[in-house]
Amino acid sequence: MVNVKTVENVAMRDVFGEVLLKLSESDPKVYALDGDLANSTKVNVVAEKNPEKFLQMGIAEQNMMSVAGGLASTGLQPWATTFAAFLSKRSIDQIQVQIAQPNLDVKMIGAYSGLLTGLTGKTHQALEDIAIFRTLSNMVVLAPADGVETKKMMEFAHNHYGPVYIRLARDPLPTVFSEDYNFELGKAVKLKDGKDATIISTGTQTGRSLEAAEKLSKEGIQVAVVHMPSIKPIDEQAIITAAEETGAIVTSEEHSIYGGLGSAVAEILVEEKPVPMLRIGVKDRNSESGANEALLQKYEISSDHIAARVKEVLKKK
Amino acid sequence: MSTLLDQEKVRTLKQKAIETRRLILETINYSGAGHIGGPMSAVDVLVSLFFEEMNIDPKDPRSEDRDRFVLSKGHSAIALYTVMAQRGYMPLEELKTFDKIDSRLQGHPDMKILPGVDMSTGSLGQGISAAVGIALGGHLRKQTFRTYCMIGDGESQEGQVWEAADVAAKYNLDNIVVIMDYNKLQQYGWAGKETEREIPVASPEKRWEAFGWNVISIDGHDFQQISRAFSEARQVKGKPTIIIANTVKGKGVSFMENAYLWHAKVPNDEELEAALKELQMEV
Repeated sequence: MVNVKTVENVAMRDVFGEVLLKLSESDPKVYALDGDLANSTKVNVVAEKNPEKFLQMGIAEQNMMSVAGGLASTGLQPWATTFAAFLSKRSIDQIQVQIAQPNLDVKMIGAYSGLLTGLTGKTHQALEDIAIFRTLSNMVVLAPADGVETKKMMEFAHNHYGPVYIRLARDPLPTVFSEDYNFELGKAVKLKDGKDATIISTGTQTGRSLEAAEKLSKEGIQVAVVHMPSIKPIDEQAIITAAEETGAIVTSEEHSIYGGLGSAVAEILVEEKPVPMLRIGVKDRNSESGANEALLQKYEISSDHIAARVKEVLKKK
Repeated sequence: MSTLLDQEKVRTLKQKAIETRRLILETINYSGAGHIGGPMSAVDVLVSLFFEEMNIDPKDPRSEDRDRFVLSKGHSAIALYTVMAQRGYMPLEELKTFDKIDSRLQGHPDMKILPGVDMSTGSLGQGISAAVGIALGGHLRKQTFRTYCMIGDGESQEGQVWEAADVAAKYNLDNIVVIMDYNKLQQYGWAGKETEREIPVASPEKRWEAFGWNVISIDGHDFQQISRAFSEARQVKGKPTIIIANTVKGKGVSFMENAYLWHAKVPNDEELEAALKELQMEV
């Protein structure tokens, strides 16, 4: 089991900018591509400190992603960054035909993923990106829980030839991992033991799931927490083991309940080890602008909602 | 100044073009699927590129300094395959596998499975952006290869074409040449006021000029003009070049020419025979 840290708050996007700057300085093949959101996504750090490695592509996501495929075909490693909403929906055909299918070495950073996107509302929230990206061949789909994991995933992606999608959050989050954490592709990370049920969570929702588990333990419910940073490929064995050991699963993601982590886990449980399972995610409805806490409450993905869902699943055991 | 091709060279290229059209018709007839009109209009430019203009070696199709070609109008794949086969990228016999299961000759070009294809295409508007990325990559890596890309006029209704045009000009890419196969018909399009169908994109020269490109307008079936345009493009510094190749959809077979219904119609055996007879007369 990995040591849980939960100390100071760090924004993934700040880590992203600094790590990409270092990669662009140390590796001649690394370039940053921006869809004119550099000072939001924090890729502006590269623009300002290593301008030769920064390629402004303008407000034209389709072109940006096809250009990235072309650049990669000449031996470069483009890191294309824009809001996850645009990357996953405006340019998905380009990504499929000219990056994923030809297995080109393009890194895609979906900034401002999920629901908490800084009062921008539904056009700028990305609640479908996991669902969309996980259907593409050759695609690796990752969602870090904190700044430490963001850095480790980027270092992994840099050394992994092929398309990688990483969904990042906008706002600071509690740090879950200590610096010695080691990200492994396709491996789940158990963060808390528990015998009654398992929460399988990804990305930003992992911190909230740990909170929920703490609350439940005070009520005498021992729930395990398994963090799933790699949604594709996914750790099938960890899911089966969790089902075998605790007999009930709740999935937790800042994403639509359709097609994301919950669906991926359900696919495996149904085929390999059916046990009672419930999902936490944004239900089938339009979301809106609002403060973070208000959004978490209204769209039912807060730690309280997770805890309540665990109690519900226990009744199904 | 551009050099003229000698008469012997023109004769050879014309012969290749006739042979290419024959192979296109026979392959589509054999496979029972594929496009006719667009491939036939593109033939002369493709023959000129693969047999005259580009620095390529079929024996070393992944060479880092090779010139690149992207067929953005990917549905004209059969024109590319028949030219590549004659150039030595594959045995002519392999054309029979076109569109068949397990074939390297997919309905639309796939760079993963067919060496010599520099970018996968098929969904329109994307190839030109990828070509811009390839040219930009060559520029950043200080390589001297040139990038060629063929787009369609119908394809130019895709907004992405103009996103690519904008970025290529912003980065002053003079190592890319885009050829628009301006055959003035698309699959279905709009009913024309005076002609049978409306032209897909009007005034392409003005549009490309407005985007900051060097524009050359030619007869896309005249090898001297094609060759001169490529040569002129090499002299232009600091901006990308587009060659507007005025062509005839279905070129080479009278009943297929300028007939939009031949966009993707399969010739039956009688039509094939009549078409081949016409081509034979050109020899």
